[in-house]
Amino acid sequence: MQLNPSPPPAPGPVISATGVDVVLGGVPIVRGASLEVDAGEVVAILGNNGSGKTTLMRALLGLVPHQGRIDLFGTPLADFRQWSRLGYVPQRGGILVQQATAREVVASGRLGRRRPFLPVSAADRHAVDESLAEVGLADRGRYPFVRLSGGQQQRVLIARALATDGDLMVWDEPLAGVDRATQELLAGVATRLKARGTTIVMVLHELGCFADLIDRTIMLADGRVMPPGYHPGDSPHHGHVHPPAHGGHEVDELERPHTHHTGLEVG
Amino acid sequence: MEWLFLPFMQRALLAALITGVTAPAIGTFLVQRKLSLLGDGLGHLAVAGVGLALLTGTAPLPLAVAICVLGSIGIELLRESGRASGDVGLAILFYGGLSGGLLLAGLAGQGTGTLSAYLFGSLLTVTVADLWFIAALGAVVLVVVIGLLPQLFAVSADEPFARSIGLPVRLLNIVVVSLAAITVTVSMRTVGLLLVSALMVVPVATANHLVIGFRRGLFLAMGVGAVAALSGAAGSYYLNTAPGSLIVVIAIGLFVVSWPVSRVLQRRNRPLVELTDEAPPLDHELAESHAHVHDERCGHLSVQHAGHVDYIHDGHRHAAHGDHYDEH
Repeated sequence: MQLNPSPPPAPGPVISATGVDVVLGGVPIVRGASLEVDAGEVVAILGNNGSGKTTLMRALLGLVPHQGRIDLFGTPLADFRQWSRLGYVPQRGGILVQQATAREVVASGRLGRRRPFLPVSAADRHAVDESLAEVGLADRGRYPFVRLSGGQQQRVLIARALATDGDLMVWDEPLAGVDRATQELLAGVATRLKARGTTIVMVLHELGCFADLIDRTIMLADGRVMPPGYHPGDSPHHGHVHPPAHGGHEVDELERPHTHHTGLEVG
Repeated sequence: MEWLFLPFMQRALLAALITGVTAPAIGTFLVQRKLSLLGDGLGHLAVAGVGLALLTGTAPLPLAVAICVLGSIGIELLRESGRASGDVGLAILFYGGLSGGLLLAGLAGQGTGTLSAYLFGSLLTVTVADLWFIAALGAVVLVVVIGLLPQLFAVSADEPFARSIGLPVRLLNIVVVSLAAITVTVSMRTVGLLLVSALMVVPVATANHLVIGFRRGLFLAMGVGAVAALSGAAGSYYLNTAPGSLIVVIAIGLFVVSWPVSRVLQRRNRPLVELTDEAPPLDHELAESHAHVHDERCGHLSVQHAGHVDYIHDGHRHAAHGDHYDEH
């Protein structure tokens, strides 16, 4: 991971979003969200279930259609091509591997830098080794991914993001469903990334053991970015309380990977 | 062994080998995506191509390839747009292909007998021109599958992540279904359109019993497919049966034989369970002594607990402590 020295900090924010709306299946999930993340910052996006955290994060990466303006590293999302600067950790569970080893999953983190039809380079191998070692799984590389415990699977997905050598980490609920020891290990990984100047944006339910290294939190409620100082208990509307617009589930979590919907799948 | 020198038999064996190697190669990606039966559907679609060729009097193979590839791209685009979420649309497409093919063949004055050569394979009638066509398409499938293996794997495993590192996800998805379509049609002379799907799935399942890892699984599946195809083709000469049936029966036989091996491997690679209550035991309690030495691969279920590993057998959790085991 030290192979590519981090590029000089770009002038201006790493992520800049202005008036972002996301509508999924006719339901507005993110509404008028604006935010900026500067180089080297560690930012947590917080909010209740259904507040639109994950959807906002996916919109920032161009994974769901959005309206409004999003810039990554100063480039409009539609023109952005430096994808290898990005280390994305999606929520666990969407990944379909029957047979792959942990190492094979991590190795796919290098594909943003590899050319098609060319064999894997020594630098790629080295980056995969280092990423596995960084999350404490150097000895688990040859294990089937599906046979690892939940916490270990999460560490593999983090290692895959590290293998990109990106200088912007985007992690979706890295602490969900992992045990205490893994949480502390991941906090150590994030601390070392921060020391190296990597920008980190995380969707979290609660700060947990990341509390010490987070520079700033962005609070979402019902699809809107709340002003600084807002607490989850407050009503997002001024003066009077409305019942929540939709129930407790995360709309985007229900969306399965498209691969499933052909009607031909077995089991 | 004089049959080895018969030109038609040599062509038959070569065609069978090409199918035996390519079908599991692309099938590995379909199995990973839980699309094991896509090959079967594409086989139905290819029948329309054969029927059209019979009606127009052109060569069946190229026309079937064209129709099947176009159909597969259409299916993929429908899937991507989320409009093919129900299986009804696909069923209509596939059975439309099958019935349309039968109808066109009937209009051409051909009975189902002509079609059955494509449905169940007809290795011994493979012409030299057929063989060149099959070999060229087989080479395309193998070069693309092996050359793009990491990219195709990444897209099949985790589409959002693949998108986030800038891979051309839509193009790679179309590549997978197009290669599947080509493989299905190329196989219609060897195992036949109705049985090709078995050769795309069964060797993959067999290989997954025997080795760990996506890449190793893919190459072993190609080997298993080659063995089944060659022995099935040769055997069908002696038994005077349709080659497709024997090839698939042998492939399933290999799968059954691999079953016990997988049980052993599964025991060895049991997941490490993590206990949530991390309180260490209060007392130092010695376990009964046994000669067996626990280690990572000893086959006993292991759990991670308060920073060490416990091994479970006969209802006890044993943790190594110096020269003995503690009861935890």
